[in-house]
Amino acid sequence: MPTDTIASLAPQVASGAIRSERLTEDALSVITRLQPSLNAFITVTADEALALAREADRDIAAGRYRGPLHGIPLSLKDLIDMAGVTTTAASKLREGCVALHDAPVVRHLRDAGAVFVGKTNLHEFAFGTTNEDSAWGPARHPDDPTRSPGGSSGGSAIAVRTGMSIASVGTDTGGSIRIPAAACGIVGLKPGWGEVSAAGVVPLSRQLDHVGPLARSVHDAELLYNVLRGAGANSGDEDDVETLFGLKLAALDGYFAERLSDEVDAGITAALALLRQQGAKISTASIFHAQDIAPIYLHLVLADAAAYHAAALQRRPHAYTDNVRIRLEMGRHVLAEDYVRATRGRQVITHEVEQALAGVDALVLPALAIEAPPIGAASVPVKGGQESVRNVMLRCTQPFNLSGHPAISLPCGSSKAGLPIGLQLVGHAGRTPELLRVARAVERVLNSRG
Amino acid sequence: MTIEQWLEDGKSDAYRRKMPELADLLEGLARATAALRAADWNDDAGSAESTGETDAN
Repeated sequence: MPTDTIASLAPQVASGAIRSERLTEDALSVITRLQPSLNAFITVTADEALALAREADRDIAAGRYRGPLHGIPLSLKDLIDMAGVTTTAASKLREGCVALHDAPVVRHLRDAGAVFVGKTNLHEFAFGTTNEDSAWGPARHPDDPTRSPGGSSGGSAIAVRTGMSIASVGTDTGGSIRIPAAACGIVGLKPGWGEVSAAGVVPLSRQLDHVGPLARSVHDAELLYNVLRGAGANSGDEDDVETLFGLKLAALDGYFAERLSDEVDAGITAALALLRQQGAKISTASIFHAQDIAPIYLHLVLADAAAYHAAALQRRPHAYTDNVRIRLEMGRHVLAEDYVRATRGRQVITHEVEQALAGVDALVLPALAIEAPPIGAASVPVKGGQESVRNVMLRCTQPFNLSGHPAISLPCGSSKAGLPIGLQLVGHAGRTPELLRVARAVERVLNSRG
Repeated sequence: MTIEQWLEDGKSDAYRRKMPELADLLEGLARATAALRAADWNDDAGSAESTGETDAN
C-alpha cells in the first residue's frame, strides 16, 4: 500500500514542497493503470481534478492555505452528489441523473480545498456487501482480483489502498465502510448516526445510513471526519496519541466470536494478546439478544429500501441488476407488524450495546468475520459449516448501525494468503472523538508489529 | 397473519409474476420473520408483563 497519508503530505503541500497537481497526476496515473483490472471507478473526473489541483497550488502559493485537506486527491462513493456529475449509485436506473448541487459533505470538502478525482464503484444502491452487483461490473480486490474487495463501498477501499486517491468518502448502512476497509487493509470510520449529514446521498435506509471516511490511518480518518461534519479542517497532532496503559476495552463474546474464519479468529486473538501485553485492560461483554440482530436489521433495511424504490421498481424493473431487483421485491413483502417488531428490537439491541459499553472506553471485536470472499460465492466455509456470504459479512458490523454508535475498523494483520484482517472498535454514543483517540493508540501498537 | 399463510401468498405472487428467485428468497425471509416473532422481548397483550414501557427505552 502507498504509505503517504494526508497527515504526512499536508505539511509538504502547505510549504510548496509538493504540488497538488503532482499528487493529482500521480493518483490519475494509478487509476489509468489499475482501473482495467480492479474496476474501482465509475466516473473519473480528471479534468476537474487537475483544475482544482492547479487552483489549490495557486491559492497555497498566494498564502491562502486552507488546512490539511487542501490539494489532497480524494474519491467519492458514487451515491454521493457532486455537482455536475452523474450520481449513478452503480445502477442503470440513474443514468443521466446529473447532480444539481454538491451534497453537504462534498461542499465541506470543497471548502477545505480537497481535489476530487472521481466517483467510485459500489454494490448497486449500496444494497450488498460484495460489490458484485454493479451495472458497471464487479470491483475487484487489489491483492487477488478473483476476490471481492467487500462492499458496498468497495471501489473507495480499492482507491485508498492502491493510491488511486489518498482517501475516500463512503456510506455504511450495515457495515459498508467498515467491511471493505477490513477486507482491503485500510481504516474505515462509521461516525455516530446523524453526526455527518446524509443529505444529497442516495439512501438505502435513512434510519441506518451513515456517511464517513475510508483512509490509510486513524489520524487521516479523523481529519476527514472533522471536515465532513462541518467542524473545519483541524490538523490535530499526530503525536498526541493516548497510551494503552489504563485503557479499558471489552471484547464481545458469544455471537461475535463463534462464527469467525480460523484466520480471522487467530488474527484477532493475537491482536488482543498484544494489546493486553501493552497495557490495555480487556474484559469480556455480551449482547444478550445478539441472535436477534440479523432478523431485526433485515426487516428494517428491506422495508426501507423497498419504500424508496417502489415507484422505480414498477416503472423500470429491468434497469436494476437482477439480484438487487429481487431483493427489493422481497422488501415489499415485509408486513407492517413485523416492521414494528423490528423497530422495538432495535431499541433492545441499542440498550444492550450501551450496557456492554458501561465502564469501558470501547468495545473490541472483528470488523469482518471472514477474509475477502471469492467473487460469485454464495457461501463460504466457516468452522466446519457453510455460512451465507452476505450474513457472515454483516455479522459484526450491523449491530452498530441499529444502535447508531460510532465504530471504526483498522488493519490487524493478514491471513497466511496475505488477505487483510480488520479489528473493530466501538465507542460511546456522541463521543466519536474519544473513540478516535482510542483507535490511534491501538493502531500504534498494531503497527509496531511491522 | 401466520408466517405459513404469508409465505404461501408471497410465493404465489412470485410465481404469478414469473420471479421464481423471489420465492426462494421469501423462504429465507420467512425464517428471519419466525425468529423475529419468537424473540422474548416481543409484546404479548395477554401477558401481565406487557402493560407499559420497559427499561429498553
